[in-house]
Amino acid sequence: MKKLTDLKELRLKANDIREDIIKSLYEAGSGHSAGPLGMADVFTALFFNVAKIKPDQPEWPERDRILLSNGHICPVLYASMAHAGYFPTEELMTLRKLGSRLQGHPHRTSLPGLETTSGPLGSGTSQAAGIAKALKMNGTNEHVWCLTSDGEQQEGNTWEGAMFAAAYKLDNLTVIMDRNYIQIDGNTEDIMALDPLDEKYRAFNWHVMEVDGHNMEAVIDAMEKSKNQREKPTLILANVIPGKGVKYMENDYTWHGNPPKTEEQLNDALADLAELRKSIEENKMS
Amino acid sequence: MGLVKSANLVENLFDTANIDQAGTRDGYGEALVELGKVNENVVVLCADLTESTRSNLFQEAYPDRYIQMGVAEQNLITVGAGLAVTGKIPYMASYAAFSPGRCWEQIRTNFGYNELKGVVAGAHAGVSVGPDGPTHQAVEDLATMRTISGCTVLAPADRERAFQATMATLNVDHLSYIRFGRDKYPMFTTKETPFEVGKAEVFYEGSDVTVVACGPLVYEALLAANELEGEISVEVIDSTTIKPLDEETIINSVKKTGAVVSAEEATVIGGLGGAVAEALARNYPVPMEFIGMQDIYGESGKAEELLEKFGMTSAHIIEAIRRVIKRK
Repeated sequence: MKKLTDLKELRLKANDIREDIIKSLYEAGSGHSAGPLGMADVFTALFFNVAKIKPDQPEWPERDRILLSNGHICPVLYASMAHAGYFPTEELMTLRKLGSRLQGHPHRTSLPGLETTSGPLGSGTSQAAGIAKALKMNGTNEHVWCLTSDGEQQEGNTWEGAMFAAAYKLDNLTVIMDRNYIQIDGNTEDIMALDPLDEKYRAFNWHVMEVDGHNMEAVIDAMEKSKNQREKPTLILANVIPGKGVKYMENDYTWHGNPPKTEEQLNDALADLAELRKSIEENKMS
Repeated sequence: MGLVKSANLVENLFDTANIDQAGTRDGYGEALVELGKVNENVVVLCADLTESTRSNLFQEAYPDRYIQMGVAEQNLITVGAGLAVTGKIPYMASYAAFSPGRCWEQIRTNFGYNELKGVVAGAHAGVSVGPDGPTHQAVEDLATMRTISGCTVLAPADRERAFQATMATLNVDHLSYIRFGRDKYPMFTTKETPFEVGKAEVFYEGSDVTVVACGPLVYEALLAANELEGEISVEVIDSTTIKPLDEETIINSVKKTGAVVSAEEATVIGGLGGAVAEALARNYPVPMEFIGMQDIYGESGKAEELLEKFGMTSAHIIEAIRRVIKRK
């Protein structure tokens, strides 16, 4: 897999991924839209620039481990994996269908390259911490990247994992939080207030960084810095716009758990993304 | 008829005043040390009950492979899954009321559906936990763990059986659940008693009724069989493995006896009794009685008082045997 270093190329790749998220969700007829679109830039940075992976050898022992804790945003994981070369992009259109390797929520043994099974919220930080602990016991240097959501900070299991990772000084672990302020029932601060998340994690003895999750350069920079962090695990709070790139979805929590259902919605979404592509090509994007 | 020689049970089996006693959890702790010796990937996790679950024996022998989890059962399992997916073989212990009690979903998703190898050890199962009371007396664990697809479920009868069963989990290539009690129980099996995961053993041969038991109630069933000798011919089967159930051994016995009693220190809903009833309903229906917790919570008290109150002694097994024979 070719590592992308040019920011414009990375942004265009993120746009390819957004288009496939929309197409695969429309084809599936169900699934979550806003989260995957919001995290497309972060996933692109990780899969195409930062993480040490070999998509043609998904079991490569020295690979970085990438885990998705909030499994429902898997359309962005699947699209990133397909574009990185783990499997053909055409397979994305089998999402959520009978016999597909692309289950509605990721299932480790269904698809090579998936590091774990997720869906029930709040388990990913702990799974990632367990992997980080095992790698430390083995004395190897692979880094563990865990993508998590803000909503699942409401799960007690998340904080058990956070406590464990700090207690065992798992500095080979970076958790990147999809801070989009929405969950199924509404705005996170209305449903079950989470702020200040940075202070909460600092109080749990984590190193915390906050970035604009759509600023490719800043995202990559934060990820690289987290690799050099010692003694503490790192949280990167990625502030993102849910539904990013599709105007009628942006910042609207009702698109948390819905796909584009009509042909008109599909076309509008793709038209917005075509416009976004144009502005990237014309260097108008950060 | 009578005691099966090849079962190699202890000679003073029925000398209830003098038979040696020990905790089943002791067998777990001793096996962990052996497992640590034979496989360097074995790691032991415990949620702040290190001595109580006998995980301390492993901790002392292999401190680098012992992971203290604090009071966090969901984390016990989910961190365990991270270790397992990275090639470790985690043995994860707490009290059964808390694990699997509190973290069933984590076990189901992270190990069951995720197809990872690991062992969930539930200590202090059953009402014989005693004075701690029903909050700490897990009686639902056999039923809830049995519903997890691919999960092996084990309830050893005494210390030696617990050692054998724990050792055997190393060769189970998926999730296992093994439960232990708090109390001391008669040590009536020996190193020579045959043990295999998925295999039930006939300990006492008879022709009038079959008693299928697990955990400490295997001994109570043997006492019942001995007491009824000459009056009713009882066959006692030790079914340490609740899942996968050894249907063949049980059905063959029932074809001979025509009646069955299940006995477990757990709810009669969905555990060993449930498993036996399902197997017989499909293959060879016969009258059946169920010894166990009758859809009720326990209470504080001494172990023997509670077993008496909730109907899980040899005398209760005898009553159930008489009832079921009348229904033949």
